[in-house]
Amino acid sequence: MRTDQLVAMLARGAGATAPGAPQRRFAAALAGGGAAAVVLMVITLGVRPDLAEAPRDPMFWVKLGVPALILASAFAGCTRAGRPGARVAAAAATLAVPVGAIGLLAALALASAPPGTRGALVMGGSWAACVISIALLALPVFAGALWAMKGLAPTRPALAGTFAGLLAGAAGALVYSFHCPEMAAPFIASWYLLGIVVPAAIGGLAGRMLLRW
Amino acid sequence: MRVSGREEGLRNLFVRGLAGDDAAYHAFLQQLAGFVRGYLRGRLARIPDEVEDLVQETLLAVHNQRHTYDPAQPLTAWVHAIARYKMVDLLRRRAGRDAMHDPLDEDALFAAPDEAAHDARRDLAVLLAQLPDRHRLPIVHVKLEGLSVAETARLTGMSESAVKVGIHRGLKALAAKVRA
Repeated sequence: MRTDQLVAMLARGAGATAPGAPQRRFAAALAGGGAAAVVLMVITLGVRPDLAEAPRDPMFWVKLGVPALILASAFAGCTRAGRPGARVAAAAATLAVPVGAIGLLAALALASAPPGTRGALVMGGSWAACVISIALLALPVFAGALWAMKGLAPTRPALAGTFAGLLAGAAGALVYSFHCPEMAAPFIASWYLLGIVVPAAIGGLAGRMLLRW
Repeated sequence: MRVSGREEGLRNLFVRGLAGDDAAYHAFLQQLAGFVRGYLRGRLARIPDEVEDLVQETLLAVHNQRHTYDPAQPLTAWVHAIARYKMVDLLRRRAGRDAMHDPLDEDALFAAPDEAAHDARRDLAVLLAQLPDRHRLPIVHVKLEGLSVAETARLTGMSESAVKVGIHRGLKALAAKVRA
C-alpha cells in the first residue's frame, strides 16, 4: 500500500473525535476503581468505629487532604503523560505541596513530643497493616488507570505507569483513611506515603512492560 | 516564521478534521506525511529503506491516537513526540544503536517537507489481509471501497456498531502487527 493510499484510507469516513478523552478515561478508572476499593475496605477492614466524632479532629482532615492532593496531582500527571508532547513537570512539582506539608507537620509533632514517645508517634499501632492495606486497596484503581493509559499514547511508558500507580496509591490511601484510626502526623508522613509509593514504583515497572504501543 | 506559519495551517486542518471535516483531515494527513518523511529521512540517513515504512507507521499512530491531541497544545510538540517515539521504537526493535547518536530536535519537524514517497518495504495491505474478518471486512468495505457503515452492515451481516468498532479496533490491530 502506497502512503497516499494509506492517507486516503485513514481519512475516509474518519468523522468527529470527542475532545477530553484522557480526562474521561481516568475519571472512569477512578470512579470504577474507587467504588470497588470502598466496597473492599468496608467488607474486609470495616469503617473506623469513631467515624462520627473523628471529623472534629483537624488531623482527620489532614489525613484526607494529603492523599486527596496527591490524587489531584497524579490525575493531572496521568492525563498529561497520556498525551504525546504534553509537559508533566508542573504536575509532578505540585506533589511537593502535600508531601512538604505532612513532612513539616510530622517534624513539628516530633520536635514537640517528649523524647521517649517519638518512636510511638512514627510507628503507631498498625504501620505494617497500613502499608499493605493501602497497596491492596490501590489495586482496583491501578488496573483501571493502566486500562485508561493503554487507550492513550504515552511516549514515556515508565513515567506514565508511575503516574498511574501514584493515582492508584493515593486513591487507596484515601479509602484506607476511613478505616485507619491513626492520627499522628509522623505516622501518616511515613506509612501513608510509603503505601502510596509502592504502587507508584510497581506502576513504573508495569508501564515499561505493558504501555508500549 | 515559515515554520510557525506551517504549524498554524496544519493545526487548523487537523482541528477541523477532529470536528468531523474529513476533507480537511485528508489534507492534514497528506501534508503531515511530507513533513514526517522529510524529518525522518534526515534522521535515518543510515537506513533509508526504513523511512517510508516508518512514515506509514507514524501516520497510522497519529490517526489511532488522534483523540490524545489537545487543541491548546502546539501541534509540533504532539506530532514530534509521536514521530520520535515511533523512530526510537523502530531503532530499539532493530537494536541498531548507532543511529541514535543523531540529535532529535523538534524544531526541525516542520522545516522541510519531502513529498517524494518511495515504496514502503512492508506492505500494509498484506498485513490488513491477515486481520480477522470482524476487523478486516469493515476496513476493506468502509475505508478502502468507500461503502457506508449501513451498507457494510447489510453486506456482512454485522451490526452497524460492530462495523464501527471493527474499523477502530482493526486499525489498532494493524498498528500492532506493524510492530510485531
